[in-house]
Amino acid sequence: MKLPGNNLKDIPVKTDNAEEYSVGNIRALQAEIAACLEKLAETGETGIIDLNSLPFAPGEYEQLRQALGQGEVSARIEAIGPSEIIETRYPGVWWVTHYNVEGDIVADLIEISWIPEIMKSQPDDIRTGLELLRAQLDDALINDEVQQ
Amino acid sequence: MDQELFLTWVRSTGLDIAVGIFVLGTLWRLIEIYTLGHKPDLAVPRHRTGASGLHTMFRRSVPPPGMFKRSAISYVGGYIFHIGLAIIVFLSAQHIKLIQGLTGLSWPNLPSQFIDATAVVTLATMLMVLVDRINNPVKRFLSTFADYGAWALTFLPVLTGYLATKHLLLPYTMMLALHILSVELLLVFLPFTKLMHVFTLWVSRWYNGDTNSRKGVPV
Amino acid sequence: MNDHDTLGERLAQQGVSRRAFLKFCTAMASLMALPPGSANAIAEALIKAKRPSVIWLSFQECTGCTESLTRSYSPTLENMIFDMISLDYHHTLQAASGYGAEKSRQDAMENFFGKYLLVVDGSIPLKDNGIYSTIAGRTNLDLLQDVAKGAAAVIAVGTCAAFGGIPNAKPNPTGAVAVSNIIKDKPIINISGCPPIPAVITGVLAHYLTFGSLPELDELGRPKSYYGETIHDRCYRRPFYDQGKFAKSFDDEGARNGWCLFELGCKGPTTHNACATTKWNGGTSFPIESGHGCLGCSEPHFWDAGSFYSALSMPASPLKLATGGAVAGAAVGIGASVANRMKKNAAKSAHETSTIADLEK
Repeated sequence: MKLPGNNLKDIPVKTDNAEEYSVGNIRALQAEIAACLEKLAETGETGIIDLNSLPFAPGEYEQLRQALGQGEVSARIEAIGPSEIIETRYPGVWWVTHYNVEGDIVADLIEISWIPEIMKSQPDDIRTGLELLRAQLDDALINDEVQQ
Repeated sequence: MDQELFLTWVRSTGLDIAVGIFVLGTLWRLIEIYTLGHKPDLAVPRHRTGASGLHTMFRRSVPPPGMFKRSAISYVGGYIFHIGLAIIVFLSAQHIKLIQGLTGLSWPNLPSQFIDATAVVTLATMLMVLVDRINNPVKRFLSTFADYGAWALTFLPVLTGYLATKHLLLPYTMMLALHILSVELLLVFLPFTKLMHVFTLWVSRWYNGDTNSRKGVPV
Repeated sequence: MNDHDTLGERLAQQGVSRRAFLKFCTAMASLMALPPGSANAIAEALIKAKRPSVIWLSFQECTGCTESLTRSYSPTLENMIFDMISLDYHHTLQAASGYGAEKSRQDAMENFFGKYLLVVDGSIPLKDNGIYSTIAGRTNLDLLQDVAKGAAAVIAVGTCAAFGGIPNAKPNPTGAVAVSNIIKDKPIINISGCPPIPAVITGVLAHYLTFGSLPELDELGRPKSYYGETIHDRCYRRPFYDQGKFAKSFDDEGARNGWCLFELGCKGPTTHNACATTKWNGGTSFPIESGHGCLGCSEPHFWDAGSFYSALSMPASPLKLATGGAVAGAAVGIGASVANRMKKNAAKSAHETSTIADLEK
């Protein structure tokens, strides 16, 4: 087995074109997304694909970004770190990326649905917010009474 | 014993023992056979063009007149699976690596799809040849346990190798270990069965051609 | 704040919104390699989970597993995991030392007997009564057997604890063995790897804490969700293997084109782990993507399975019997030949014919 030569300078540098290198994941993902979209359109059943579980070749992740593109909606959530949600150029196909406070990805999903779950307001939070609002209204009322 | 240990064993100790017995058996039999010699032929040798040991070595590769019609499958099937075996053993990347590990020699390999196709054809052909041996009454009558055993010893490595590379039947580690084990069994029994023809074929043909050429008969 | 409140209570007290909690559960589902839609089920289970006590024993190890865990790419996630557990004893991470540390361990064992999680990294030496690794004057063997008595489950982190690892490699001078060779009466999860992928360690912890049970295990006790497939099964270079395009040496044309590393000794086909999908350093890369074949570090005896640079089809050790076999074969052949000649000559002298059949008798 030949080992590389002793001189680092002897090793020529070769760059790969990230746009072209592919082992077929993009095509397969697009087919899966199409199948989920059809289910959504016909029966309302939503779908999720976890990108963390896929064996991407180097460069394919960026190719997927380009393939799915950006549509009309982009949203940002700040909850234990930021989360970025975009609707891709295909309505109903959302790309949800959760980051921690350090900026590392903790979950990366393609959601096929009317709207990603994480964007909806949660019943518990709504109740907590309502209590807060009522408390503030009560305070305002008391302040008004005091002033009068 | 767990799969990994078994695989490591067949790749080290098992291979060592099998090659040892193979070399021992082959040298023993070759030496014993070729030192037997033959009675000196005191007659004056006759000469006839086309009659010599060398001629016979190659003439025997072609079926004798009339034999092809009698049993085409023996010749067609035989050639196909022998060539198939040679392609798989000597032109697949994994096997070239093995030979390189043992001898240091290496050469370019064929694409895997080609080897896969060859394996399938070889397996199918070997099955046909076996079926013919069982169905043909004369062949069945002549066949012994050793014949079927030799067939199995040759068939199993091709089958297990194909199953392993295609990830079929058993988990890969076990399938690969069984493949290597089947080859080791082939090595161990080769010198003591008719599979010894691997080494004796050419000399046997030459010998027959030579003795008969002295009598003036091309065989 | 009680150390052992439910997670729901702790999060509410810290002002974490339900949406943030849902994000956390989504991340956990991804981490545990569960279907992404199970975030809600995880949320339901976690909100009621109490923080169990965890005792971490480090034996004959290099601390690489702890390093892997603490070096994990999502510290906030791990912080939340550690929020979910009460790590009552850990040599590298605990602030206490000496008698104080040992007392923490004793207290945890007494208070939560039968319920605490025991995490072990490192192998356990058995030779010479286990004297080759001791903590606070006690052998690892003694400590393990004692602490395991009250454990609900044992998690063996790293190939050393799971299978014996590098200390167990030939000639194994300390008699190192795995946890499962010593503990026979408790459920054991083996998280093998040298080190294991950090996400796998936390994922298994998360699974136990979420569902209160061990995930489904393979025949070597490893969680199937991470170790169910081989590297080869999920390798992005697999198309090149299938086509027979192999790199022949490091840095050659094939290697630069990203071809399969089978000929350079890659043990991907026989190695079960999540490296090909989950990858390392936050999904940056894994050995094959960086151009080096898999070492097989999550399999038992990987150190004794032949050179890391010998392909799987090559011998794992040099052949030693071939020359001996040749000499022996030649000797037997010559011996047989001499015996045959003697028989032939004897027959000749007796004016009898001799045939092959006679010689074979």
